Amino acid sequence: MIEIRDLTKVYHVGEVDVHALRGVDLSVTRGEFVAVIGPSGSGKSTLFHILGGLTPPTSGTIHIDGRDLLKMTDRERTELRKTAVGFVFQKYNLLPTLTAADNIAIARDIAGRNVESDPQFDEILNLLGIRTRLHHKPRALSGGEQQRVAIARAIVNHPAILLADEPTGNLDTENSNAVLRLLRDLNDRLGQTILMITHNPEAASYGHRIVKMRDGRIVE
Amino acid sequence: MCAIQRTACYTNGLVYRLVLENLKHRPVRTLLSALAIGVQVTMILTLVGVSQGMLHDVAMRSRGTGADILVRPPGSSILGFSGNMPEKIVSVVRAAPHVALATGTLVQPIGELDSITGIHLDEFNAMSGGFHYLEGGPFTGPNDLIVDEVYARSKNIHAGQSINIGLTWRVAGVVEQGKLSRMFAEIESLQDKYSAKDKISVIYVKADASANIPEVLGELKQKLLDYKIYTVEEFVSLISVDNIPILQRFIGVVIGLAVVVGFLVVFLSMYTAVLERTREIGILKALGASPGYILGILLRETTLLAVAGTIAGICMTYGTRSLMGAFVPTMTTEIVYGWWPWAGVIALVGSLIGALYPGFKAARQDPIEALAYD
Ligand SMILES: Nc1ncnc2c1ncn2[C@@H]1O[C@H](COP(=O)(O)OP(=O)(O)OP(=O)(O)O)[C@@H](O)[C@H]1O
Ligand SMILES: [Mg+2]
Repeated sequence: MIEIRDLTKVYHVGEVDVHALRGVDLSVTRGEFVAVIGPSGSGKSTLFHILGGLTPPTSGTIHIDGRDLLKMTDRERTELRKTAVGFVFQKYNLLPTLTAADNIAIARDIAGRNVESDPQFDEILNLLGIRTRLHHKPRALSGGEQQRVAIARAIVNHPAILLADEPTGNLDTENSNAVLRLLRDLNDRLGQTILMITHNPEAASYGHRIVKMRDGRIVE
Repeated sequence: MCAIQRTACYTNGLVYRLVLENLKHRPVRTLLSALAIGVQVTMILTLVGVSQGMLHDVAMRSRGTGADILVRPPGSSILGFSGNMPEKIVSVVRAAPHVALATGTLVQPIGELDSITGIHLDEFNAMSGGFHYLEGGPFTGPNDLIVDEVYARSKNIHAGQSINIGLTWRVAGVVEQGKLSRMFAEIESLQDKYSAKDKISVIYVKADASANIPEVLGELKQKLLDYKIYTVEEFVSLISVDNIPILQRFIGVVIGLAVVVGFLVVFLSMYTAVLERTREIGILKALGASPGYILGILLRETTLLAVAGTIAGICMTYGTRSLMGAFVPTMTTEIVYGWWPWAGVIALVGSLIGALYPGFKAARQDPIEALAYD
């Protein structure tokens, strides 16, 4: 499903070069649930952004479903983000001027899907515990609620691959467990391939496999 | 239609909600942008309104002479009343068959847009049916002036008072407006004062019956080769912006300026909006929004600004009309409904061009720049 070979990424910040990734190799099979852990600054988010086609790598190769991500045109990458990949950002990144419901709806709109009711999705909203909060704007929601809206937005189009950057970072144990159970459920029932970054070992244990990063490399 | 196309309707609703929320999010920016577009619209509508108002005034006052035909010197232009010809032409005109009345007038410009018209009062009264005096009465001496009510109001003068407009005149009477000019003097004294002895600008002609107007016209054209001879109705129909190239060019220049102003205002407004929204745009792109989707949002926002601006601008023209009425009553300003859509189109074009660069900048923005770092 995902094949990453010798991936590097250098950010140029003024005169300084920041080596965020220094040669990452990783294979993820379809339907796998992988937890990525590692210290702050080890390049976890960078890896996800490259996988999601949000930023290009400096060198290396990535194949998603056999297709070379780096050879794709902008249009194809947009299409990939739109249909195949769901992203939960480390910071919640909701549109501040839209309500929670509209934040979710706009993801559907962009994907060109109709927005009629979807019982399966209603159930997910219940599970995430944000049903009653949908008509509020992000600033009226707590950090945890915003994060759960972001999760709902990422999965509303049933993407084949879900990239979740610390989805439980701001949640209490109860909500955190609900989110993790939901992810595992999506993985079990729908066969969604999930990559999840976390700092919490307990959360990591929900994955089939734990990948550890340090200094821009995968160490185990 | 929405029943069949529910998706599309919802979609549009959603995007418009986003656009409206964006506009509401920065009310001052929105208000000022719309107002600036409005000023641009008012500028165009007021200029066109003044042009048309003044031309209609001229037409109305030409009809007010009671004449059927007017004769002007060779080579004169439509609104250039001031050219001259020898006064003896009047006798040539009078001699033509079916001419009941003919009277010569001299138009003497006195700076800006004002002019004094020299008339033979009794001949002019015979043709036009006579002045209706609101104050004072006819000329009693060579320094006497008759002014119309609008001019009197604009200068705040009354019968019996003196007025200096290049030369000093005594206001003999204030008359109802609508006849030929706003200021009249005895033609001989005007010719004297401005060294135009025996010179006249326009001859007004009345036929003995309206059925004979074409015949008189034909006769005069034959006798007075190269002179500009029109029926009053013909002349009135010629008084339009289309026939006055300088006015057309002036309006063109103002429209050009308006487009540039609209462009700059929207450019700046949208440019700052895009800078401010890097994060939101990044989110949309990360969700898979195409450049067209992003551009679409900004162009819709711009269109709403332009529409709001146009409406504001139209409302403001009522204000500028009152202002003009209070400060320059001699310039009649009309509300030119026919130009409303054009003013809107002009505002929209300027705005959309202004939104293009910021729009493309947003559409091509790297999604992660905004999201990776706080
Ligand atoms: N847009 C950027 N420009 C410049 N440097 C960046 C950018 N994004 C990340 N970096 C740098 O790259 C390195 C890896 O960052 P990254 O965000 O991938 O780490 P992380 O493992 O996700 O850390 P955390 O656990 O704190 O989220 C860091 O040194 C970071 O400062
Ligand atoms: Mg990170």
